[in-house]
Amino acid sequence: MQLSVRHLSKSFGTHRVLQEISIDLPKVQGLVLIGPSGGGKSTLLRVLAGLEYPDAGCGGVVFNGRPIDYANDDALVAHRRSVGTVFQAYNLFPHLTALQNVTLPLVQVHGHSPSDADGIAMEALQRFQLEAHANKKPAELSGGQRQRVAIARAIAIKPSLLFFDEPTSALDPEMTGEVLEVIEELKDEGRDFVLVTHEMGFARRVAGEVALLAEGRIVEAAPAAQVFENPQHEVTKRFLAKILKY
Amino acid sequence: MESSAPALHFWRKLLFLPREGTGAALPGWAKTVNWIAAFTLLALFFTFTFFQLEQGDWLWGAIWKYRSLFFIGFGVTILISIASLLASTVIGLLAALAGRSSFVFLRCLAKIYVEGVRGTPLLSQILIFFYVFAPAFHVENRYLVGVMTLSFFAGAYISEIIRAGIEGIAKSQIESARAIGLTNAQTYRFVIFPQALRQVLPSLAGQFVSLIKDSSLLSVISVNEFTKNAQQVNSITYSTLECYLVLALGYLLLTLPISLWTRWLEGRNKFDT
Repeated sequence: MQLSVRHLSKSFGTHRVLQEISIDLPKVQGLVLIGPSGGGKSTLLRVLAGLEYPDAGCGGVVFNGRPIDYANDDALVAHRRSVGTVFQAYNLFPHLTALQNVTLPLVQVHGHSPSDADGIAMEALQRFQLEAHANKKPAELSGGQRQRVAIARAIAIKPSLLFFDEPTSALDPEMTGEVLEVIEELKDEGRDFVLVTHEMGFARRVAGEVALLAEGRIVEAAPAAQVFENPQHEVTKRFLAKILKY
Repeated sequence: MESSAPALHFWRKLLFLPREGTGAALPGWAKTVNWIAAFTLLALFFTFTFFQLEQGDWLWGAIWKYRSLFFIGFGVTILISIASLLASTVIGLLAALAGRSSFVFLRCLAKIYVEGVRGTPLLSQILIFFYVFAPAFHVENRYLVGVMTLSFFAGAYISEIIRAGIEGIAKSQIESARAIGLTNAQTYRFVIFPQALRQVLPSLAGQFVSLIKDSSLLSVISVNEFTKNAQQVNSITYSTLECYLVLALGYLLLTLPISLWTRWLEGRNKFDT
């Protein structure tokens, strides 16, 4: 994908969460956002996914040559429909079964017939070994299974790009493993994605480009190998030292 | 001391719930005994109080003679309740949505409606509807006016119940709906309403119980429902107490199933979440 962000700021009330973010990636497959909590990574991801608006008059975002029109609600809905987003807390619909969670956007948003949607959804669930759980409600699934259903829901619509917002932060190590495997598989397939994570080892494996955000600014953005092996900035060094210590 | 321990154990088992967290449930026989005891106490109280009345004064024969009036009134109350129940749900839903609209004028209207209706007596509302609003629009059918007033009244409460239900839905659910690209209307239809309905059913059922009882106030505009007809029988036979006892029993017959249904729903929802 091509991604360029120019002078993008975002405030909640008087609190400026993102300050003049700029990043220009002519060609990247996986962009991984790392950094301390409260640094603005999730907010940046949510702005890119079309779930939050940047401050008016503050810069812009261009995806694959097309600028996102944040002032236009219809354009934003269209943007959200073309991408897949996976959240930290799974965000499945608790009143629907795993299968229905996947078919809802297929039928209601993407215009598939219910039987087509069932086929597509089952295929997506099978891919992640979830076919046996297709008719269970989220409450009956483990955290790892839920997150894989959420990923199945995101990829079933054939998105142009996937967003993962701390997809494993709510999971224990074993389940984290099963979810990370799935994400890596998608990466190997050549899918474009933006990922926010605290799993540094994983970030290094899947990232094309890594950006470290702290206090609402991009401190350092470079190819993964460079950030992890030869960080240029003091903040990056300290962050990595702290997080890799344990 | 030693011999009293098993006896004490027996009474504790009969009269008190098992300690929480032990997973033990109250045995079925103990439940039955407690219910019977409670009803017996109630029966004793009623017997004690009612039997101090002069027994020869009861006029049950007169009541029996006019039983058809009671039956008709009962039927009218059921019909009025069902009609008001449906209409008030629609009004409540619209008012709840208006209260959440981004169109500010609608929000204001909804707020005024809810606070105005909840803050004034139903009796005043019935009289204002009947003597002011209805004639202004040439609505002459008093049953229609009655149903409209009742629906308008209950709708305000129902809109608050629905609003609370909608606001109880986690923000992450709405975010998730936006993320998969649902429109606002689709979000309500596929995500918010199905989940909110579960939450509000018990309170909604409670509101319906109130609505059935509130329908008795329509007697003041001579709608021939249960209460009005009972009053009519009373004015013919001078059997006040008898009439109102029948009334109490009749309303209980209508509301008890709803209350029991509510209990059942509450129990079921507990396991769902």
